Formats: sequence, C-alpha cells, structure tokens
Amino acid sequence: MTAAVVVRGAVKSYGAHRVLDEVDFIARAGEVTAIVGPSGSGKSTLLRAINYLEPLDSGYVTVQGELIGVRLHRGRLHQLSERAILRQRSRIGFVFQNFNLFPHLSVLENVIEAPITKGVPKPQAVARAQELLVKVGLKDKAGAYPRQLSGGQQQRVAIARALALEPDLVLFDEPTSALDPELVGEVLTVLRDLAAAGTTMVVVTHEIGFARDVADHVVFLDAGRIVEQGPPRQVLLAPEHARTREFLGKLV
Amino acid sequence: MTSSPPLPAVAEPVEEAELLSHEVVPLRHPWRWVATAVALVLLAQAVHALVTNSAFQWAAFGYWFFRPVVLDGLWLTLQLTGLAAVFGLLGGIVLALMRLSRNPVLRAVAWGYIWLFRSIPLIVLLLFLANVTALYSTLSLGIPFGPSFVEFSANDLLSFYFVAVLGLSLNEAAYAAEIVRSGIISVDQGQLEAAAALGLPKSRQYRRIILPQATRAIIPSYANQLIGLLKGTSVVYITSLLELFGVVQTQASVNSGQIIPLLVVGTIWYIILTSLLSVVQYYLERHFSRGALRTVPPTPFQRLRASLRTVGVAR
Ligand SMILES: Nc1ncnc2c1ncn2[C@@H]1O[C@H](COP(=O)(O)OP(=O)(O)O)[C@@H](O)[C@H]1O
Ligand SMILES: [Mg+2]
Repeated sequence: MTAAVVVRGAVKSYGAHRVLDEVDFIARAGEVTAIVGPSGSGKSTLLRAINYLEPLDSGYVTVQGELIGVRLHRGRLHQLSERAILRQRSRIGFVFQNFNLFPHLSVLENVIEAPITKGVPKPQAVARAQELLVKVGLKDKAGAYPRQLSGGQQQRVAIARALALEPDLVLFDEPTSALDPELVGEVLTVLRDLAAAGTTMVVVTHEIGFARDVADHVVFLDAGRIVEQGPPRQVLLAPEHARTREFLGKLV
Repeated sequence: MTSSPPLPAVAEPVEEAELLSHEVVPLRHPWRWVATAVALVLLAQAVHALVTNSAFQWAAFGYWFFRPVVLDGLWLTLQLTGLAAVFGLLGGIVLALMRLSRNPVLRAVAWGYIWLFRSIPLIVLLLFLANVTALYSTLSLGIPFGPSFVEFSANDLLSFYFVAVLGLSLNEAAYAAEIVRSGIISVDQGQLEAAAALGLPKSRQYRRIILPQATRAIIPSYANQLIGLLKGTSVVYITSLLELFGVVQTQASVNSGQIIPLLVVGTIWYIILTSLLSVVQYYLERHFSRGALRTVPPTPFQRLRASLRTVGVAR
C-alpha cells in the first residue's frame, strides 16, 4: 500500500501556544486512519493542515506524492496561488463536525455545486449526485433544503457533497460529534460502507468502537504530539503509554 | 396496549370516555374586541376630520394630483431614485468588498471614502458639485498627472441632472457599502470554509455562496436606505431641478392659497411610492428566505384568504 498522505515535521503555533509540535504522520491509500486524542490536542489543526485550510509554520504535507499549498523551487518552499490551492483541494474531500451545508441551496444543488464549477456537464453531475444520495440513503431528499433535514441526514448530505468530485482522499473532522446519540449510527454506517469500498479516509473521532472495528491505523495525539500509533488492537486495546490508557479510560 | 394506566386523580372521578368526547372550547379574547372597537372609532374620526376640513381643499387636490407638471416631477424623482439606487448599490458592493479585502491599501481607501461621504451632508455635497466650475474649470481624461486626451469644460459636463445623480450616488454608495458589509459578515464563517474546502474559486464563493446568504440580511436595511433616498431626492430642488417636491414648492409659490392641497398631493405620491417599495421588499425577503426557514410563511393574501375561510366555517 502506498502513502496517500504524508505529513513531515508539522509545526503550528498560535502565539506562544504550539498546537502541532513536530508531527510526522502517514495515511495509506485505501485505508482508514483514525486520529484520536483529548480535546484541544491539535486533531482538527492537523486535519485542516492536510488540505491547507490551516497553513503550517514549518514542515510539509503531500497528498498522493504532491506537495500541498506550496512548491519546491531552488531549495525553498513557495506558497502556491489561490487558484492552484483550490484545485488541489478539489481532490480532497472534507466533512465538518457541524456539516456546513449551504442552507440556501437544495440537497441536490449542494452536491452538484463543486462538479458544476469544475466543468462537469450538468446532466452528468446530477446523475452522479443521485447515485451518491442513494449511497447515503437519501434518494428522496434531493429537493429538500438542509434545514428541513435531521442532523444525521445533513451529515450524510455533507458526505455525498465531499464525494461528488471523486476525491483521492476524504478527511472527516468528528463527523458524529454534533449529532444526537440515536443519529450517530446512520452516519457511521455510511462511513463503514465507504471504508469497505476502499475509500482512503482520515477520521478524527471519539467513537472508539468505530475506530476499533473500522480503522486500519490509529494515531493518538496529545498536546500537539503523536504519543503512539499502530493497528487499533494495539493502540486501543493494549496501549503502551500511560497517557493513552488514561484517555481511553475516561471515554469508557 | 389495551391496559392503559389509571388516570391521575382529579377532584371528582371522571369517566375517560367523557373526557375524550368533549371538544376544546378556544380561549376567548374579549379585550381584543374592545381594543379593536376603540381603534376603529378613532380611525373613523381621523378620516372624518381629514375629509370635512375645508383647509385640505379636496377639489384642488383632485385638480393637482394628475397635473402633467406634477407627473413630470414624479417621473424625475423616480429617475433620480432609480439611478442613485443602482449606482449606489454597485459602488457599495465594490466598497464593501474593498473593506473586507486582505489588501491594506484597498481597505484604507474604502474606509476613507465611507468616512468622508458619510460626514458631508448631502445638501452640502450637492452644492459643492453644482459649483464645481468654481473649483475646477476643466476636467480632463488622460494619464494621471500626465498628458490628457480629452478635456471638458466643467460647465458643459456638469448639468444639474448629472450633478444630482452623481451627488446622490456618491452619498448612497457610502451607506450601501456598510449595509452590504454587514450582510457579508453576518454569513457564518463555516460557509466560507466549506466553499474553500470544495475548491470553489473565490469569485464563485462570493457569487454563489456568500452574497445570496448576505442578501437576506441586506434587504431590510437596504429597503430602509432606499426609502430614505426616495424622500432624500427632494433636496436636489436646491440645484433648481424640479422633482416632485420642487414642483410642489414652485407651484405653491405661483398659485396662492394652494400650498396645503399641493403638499397633500406630494405626500400621497411619496406614500404610494414607499408602499410599492415595501411590497417589493416583502416579496424579495420571501424569495431570499429560501432554505433559511423550514417553511416559508404565507403571503398576506394567502393569510387573508385563509382567515376569511375560517370565519366562514365559524359561522
Ligand atoms: N485560530 C486559533 N487561534 C488560537 N488558538 C487556536 C486557534 N485554533 C485552534 N486553537 C487552539 O489550538 C489547540 C488545538 O485546537 P484543535 O486542533 O481544534 O484541537 P482538537 O481538534 O484536537 O480539539 C486548542 O487549544 C485551540 O484552542
Ligand atoms: Mg477539533
């Protein structure tokens, strides 16, 4: 398996606060990588660095071997133009904790917005969107507006929207944390289906059961550093570090 | 499912069947009817006073209301309002985007413009522009500080009509800019992030995601601004342009004793135009509330029809 995402020496500070401290991270193609860790440990920052929503102070990110947000020229990294960055982002799906659907557009319009912008002919984009809505179990909701849907349904639309450009990789930032407990299952089911279909995913999550069953690789982040990582059986069931054990103990 | 739990004890034991068989009598609102009656009596008195007071000279009102000279003034008011609204809004959008841009020079320029034109009273601005001949005798088109290609005498260029449209638009743009900016910053930051994460180009992010959502917040304030502009056009009479108020003013001065009916004519026309704007505002707001509300509320007509139907049923 090849590396879909490589993060090397990632450092990010807000003022004096080092949110990411020399993070090295790899996510393999076709695998599910789960990032777990306490609140404020830098999980979102790491995820957002991968699609350059959050530029790093130093270190670099590559996706499918391509540098993100910067290019190497004469031994220095130069920031790419806004257009080039946006083009790179269109290959990376992103699912937010609070969905961020466009409330004034219907479900179908939300899903086809990015493909249409990229020049996919409308009939083709609509057909693809309808397929995706079937996949996430919402084929009857194409004409609805986001606020007319439950949280779980909104998050499934957001997943369809992230998949519409057939990205190389999908990033999920706590996709079930804003949901009522009885709605978590329907979203996790969609994630399981995607994983089974071989989608490359990086998922920040507090759902330890999901990480244990679905993830191929688990990364435990604490205070901006990776404390330990490995297969879920090892990190989640037999953690080496006291810090990991303490965190997992609190969740159960 | 058939073994329902016993009802909680009420003062006297009540048969469940009896409770189930009764309809609920809606709460009555006697004071609402009293208030309605009082309001109607006061309204009738006011109308009576208006109609019967001879000072209003309703016959003269009828004479003036559709006079061509009045309609010409009305037409000019509409033109000035329309042009200043369009140029003002376009300028306002540009200024708002400049104020929100990452370029500090653009931000400063926009801030300075808004500061200046909100500080100058409109009437002073119009007088300045009308007397611009005294300030600059020629305006030239060419390379800044370099050779010029075309020269205008300021006198030819700045007809009073042009002065009025320019002055109103410059003033309007400063206010519109702040209204547009307030709408844009009211859009949730997450919307921009989602658009950026999808890789939508900046222009498309604004056109398709931000502005439509900002518009919902902009419409009520901008409608206010437009109504202010509509009536504010009356100050251009100081440049001797005869819009609605200018006509009323001049006709009153040449037709003695007609000032009250003429003022009423002007007032009623302003009321009509404002009412039309309010109706347009209502439907625009409804259109842009798409998706913001779970269900769009009925229009007044739909509500009226529904309430007539209920009254019919109640009888
Ligand atoms: N824009 C910002 N300015 C200042 N501090 C920030 C900002 N964004 C995040 N932080 C801080 O960085 C730390 C890590 O944040 P985050 O990556 O969101 O953590 P997590 O997702 O693991 O909860 C937190 O302490 C947070 O307060
Ligand atoms: Mg987070």
